Amino acid sequence: MEHSNWNGFKTGVWQDEINVRDFIQKNYTEYKGDDSFLKGATKRTKELMGRLNSLFELERQYGGVLDIDTETVSSLTAYAPGYIDKDKELIVGMQTNRPLKRGVNPFGGIRMARQACEAYGYKLSDKLESEFKYRTTHNDGVFRAYTEEMRLARRSHILTGLPDAYGRGRIIGDYRRVALYGIDKLVAEKKKDKAALAEGNFGADEIKLDEELFQQIAFLGYMKEMAAMYGFDISEPASNAKEAIQWTYFAYLAAIKEQNGAAMSLGRVSTFFDIYIERDIKNGVLTEGTAQELIDDFVMKLRIARHLRTPDYNELFGGDPMWITESVGGMGEDGRTLVTKNSFRILNTLYTLGSSPEPNLTVLWSNSLPEGFKKFCAKVSCDTDSIQYENDDLMRPIYGDDYAIACCVSAMKIGKQMQFFGARCNLPKLLLLAINGGVDTTSGIHIGPQMGVMESEVLDYKEVKARLDKYIEWVARLYVNTMNVIHYMHDKYAYEKSQMALHDTDVHRFMAFGVAGLSVIADSLSAIKYGEVRPIRDENGFITEFETVGEFPKFGNDDDRVDLIAKELTHQMITELRKTPTYRNAEHTLSALTITSNVMYGKNTAATPDGRPAGAPFAPGANPMHNREENGALASLNSVAKLSYDDCRDGISNTFSITPDTLGRTAEERVNNLVSVLDGYFAKMAHHININVLNRETLIEAYNDPTAYPNLTIRVSGYAVNFHKLSREQQREVISRTFHEAM
Amino acid sequence: MRELIKGRISSFQTLGTLDGPGVRFVAFLQGCPLRCVCCHNPETWDKNGGTQYTAKEVVERAERYKEYFGKEGGITLSGGEPLLQADFVTEVFRLAHEKGINTCLDTSGCIINEKTEELLDYTDYCLLDIKYTTDREYRQYVGCGLNNPLEFLERLNNKKIPCRIRQVIIEGLNDSTDNIKRLAEIIKKYPSIEKTELLAFRKLCVSKYQKLGMSFPLANTPETPQFKIKLLEEKLAEILKEE
Repeated sequence: MEHSNWNGFKTGVWQDEINVRDFIQKNYTEYKGDDSFLKGATKRTKELMGRLNSLFELERQYGGVLDIDTETVSSLTAYAPGYIDKDKELIVGMQTNRPLKRGVNPFGGIRMARQACEAYGYKLSDKLESEFKYRTTHNDGVFRAYTEEMRLARRSHILTGLPDAYGRGRIIGDYRRVALYGIDKLVAEKKKDKAALAEGNFGADEIKLDEELFQQIAFLGYMKEMAAMYGFDISEPASNAKEAIQWTYFAYLAAIKEQNGAAMSLGRVSTFFDIYIERDIKNGVLTEGTAQELIDDFVMKLRIARHLRTPDYNELFGGDPMWITESVGGMGEDGRTLVTKNSFRILNTLYTLGSSPEPNLTVLWSNSLPEGFKKFCAKVSCDTDSIQYENDDLMRPIYGDDYAIACCVSAMKIGKQMQFFGARCNLPKLLLLAINGGVDTTSGIHIGPQMGVMESEVLDYKEVKARLDKYIEWVARLYVNTMNVIHYMHDKYAYEKSQMALHDTDVHRFMAFGVAGLSVIADSLSAIKYGEVRPIRDENGFITEFETVGEFPKFGNDDDRVDLIAKELTHQMITELRKTPTYRNAEHTLSALTITSNVMYGKNTAATPDGRPAGAPFAPGANPMHNREENGALASLNSVAKLSYDDCRDGISNTFSITPDTLGRTAEERVNNLVSVLDGYFAKMAHHININVLNRETLIEAYNDPTAYPNLTIRVSGYAVNFHKLSREQQREVISRTFHEAM
Repeated sequence: MRELIKGRISSFQTLGTLDGPGVRFVAFLQGCPLRCVCCHNPETWDKNGGTQYTAKEVVERAERYKEYFGKEGGITLSGGEPLLQADFVTEVFRLAHEKGINTCLDTSGCIINEKTEELLDYTDYCLLDIKYTTDREYRQYVGCGLNNPLEFLERLNNKKIPCRIRQVIIEGLNDSTDNIKRLAEIIKKYPSIEKTELLAFRKLCVSKYQKLGMSFPLANTPETPQFKIKLLEEKLAEILKEE
């Protein structure tokens, strides 16, 4: 197929099939230089960003939510077009009719929509209440099918944060397809798929998919309508960089109008856009300054994306995140780097627009990345604490070179793979449940195999481990079955029509399980094995506290004795999970990632044998427990690097904070040393790291005086937040974390 | 069985960025013959303290961090005073070289003997303190003469071992322009010196002294402000540029 809007592009199979990767590979221009070509913000950009900054301030003054449209059900065409400043904007489109006004999305559950409105002093309109009165939501469906045991697992917080009361998210539409092909071509392809489906056996699975295709096609049509409301016809391919960005943004906008999934990630658009920008620069349409301006405008749109959340949700995922994760850099399978000038430009927005948690800029790090890019990333980290890094050398052999990160650490081939998100299992609580023989002492709930409280005066490692094995076996089966219920109902009542329309019809599914409190359970088992742990019983004979004496190795010190306990636990967990079949034959995966829920999980967990008191937060993700690291930062990194990505294919999150003085004396030294640390960590086959270069004192000042650093951004666990948007409790936990520091 | 030579080590720091070029694995050796008034590590003085490790064990530990060292980094032996355990240092460095790890010695240069030559044969880089610039001050505030570090510098120079000079600037003791002039004179004589660092005197170590039940001799001396360091650095650069 030919199209005049493709003039100047190198030909390839991408013209005859939906294949964005082939288009990129045939057409992109590597960039191996440094950041000296970059331009700053234009006057227009500064004015527009100034307007946004005052809106952000207003939003903060209004308690975090500026406005809610309680009368409208959010969808692609439900709102009149909205603008920040129509004449000044280069890229247009808004979730509702005004910036920062939040829409209501009751498809996940009407009760949650109601609660969320009430939390900010609004009332869901009678119109919406009555519209949803006779309608089954995802939440309704799940609770119809949940078994008694599932409810108890949830209520006792053994399985927690499950996406049964909010959208599952973590699905990345290949938004680039709209720019490269236009809507009409995408519709034609989906129609072909639908017709082909009816030719084979037409059983339950095929009928389900057939109905989904019907919905996908309908929503591609709504995307066109939505764009038309803003005065654009997106039926044909984009003809220049501005259109490519606009078309892609419309596709993304459709997704966030339709869905309020927890993580609504963007994918990997920078290098794709670079191809159009290079063509325009060649044709004299753009200059470096105007190219940066387009990216700046696009990023401003991403920074104002919002969803309406309940207080319960904010406890899990603090800081009002959207996880608009954009994966930047990486290497191609042919050995060329995928870094382009536009990889620099998107990071440069942290300077042109100021630091910000969104979009969630994620650098795909490879030892082979050009030095200039490595140094620029390190510089941005030192200056803004706004980016995270993931190991491209580890992921590329598995996912190829056109994958992206959903949420924090979940890799998937763009448009070819999706996941069923599944929160996590509280491992320290599971250990306590095993020790107490099936009674959760914090909630009083009896659950799991009932085998009586352990009787010994000093806990015996072998005995405890044998019990724990049984409980892991039990919880794994329950966890898979619970997830099957959730995702069956999500597909049925809140299917992601826009996003799945931008996937291949034959999509590979992951089912992403998770663990919380990995370092707590590893240290607890280490204490039982190498120290002496005496259980303390309450008046009913249940073990609620421990007296731990003697030295024992702690995770985070590069000590195999305990590090391998953590590693083996994740291996055991995924092995057990794989024994229970999943809904739609999804592939089981596991993560060590907590977002900010480590605070809430800890709050609901009694004292643990490692010496952690009842209610104290866990360390986030795969992090060692705070301030238990005794051999410095690299020992801590080495411990985390030992966890196997083969066991944890849904990601291993590590959040790392270091003081500037510890990283080096001069700015140049700090940049070079950070590059060395990243190279080393990823050469160890580690998966992910958040980098913060800052002093604890800064956070304490911001805690005491929220106006001192209004835009203070900090990486917490797979994402970044504005510090002031965290709850006080979450802020205190972040302050208490290890800051690697040399005296 | 040289590799089984044991050394006394106070502590390890796996991410050292201030202890030589690049990212470094640092072992702080136990024992020091000096009693510098500004010492930040009084816990390393006792020659019989610390934990014993073989040279092989230390290098095996360092090797776990090899991937982080990049082009410049490696292992640094600091202290305490590493020269007090010269045989051990030599063996650690020799083994490090076998593993392709760059070696750096952080020393006061106060002990020079028949072992020094061989030790320096395995030393790639040196951080040398020139704590004061007169013999009188050295004897009063350090516990050895100025000739010791100068002779050490001579040896480094002869072997063409690149080095970095460090001096902690303490108000009222060595924060004068005269001191900087004398320091410049020293620097000019030794082409091996590729960098000089003036460090601000700080009192983060007070709690350590308290814990050890010792009194910190400079407890009443103020910390040196960063602007003062900058001024002296500029002064030094100016003098060095003159010729």
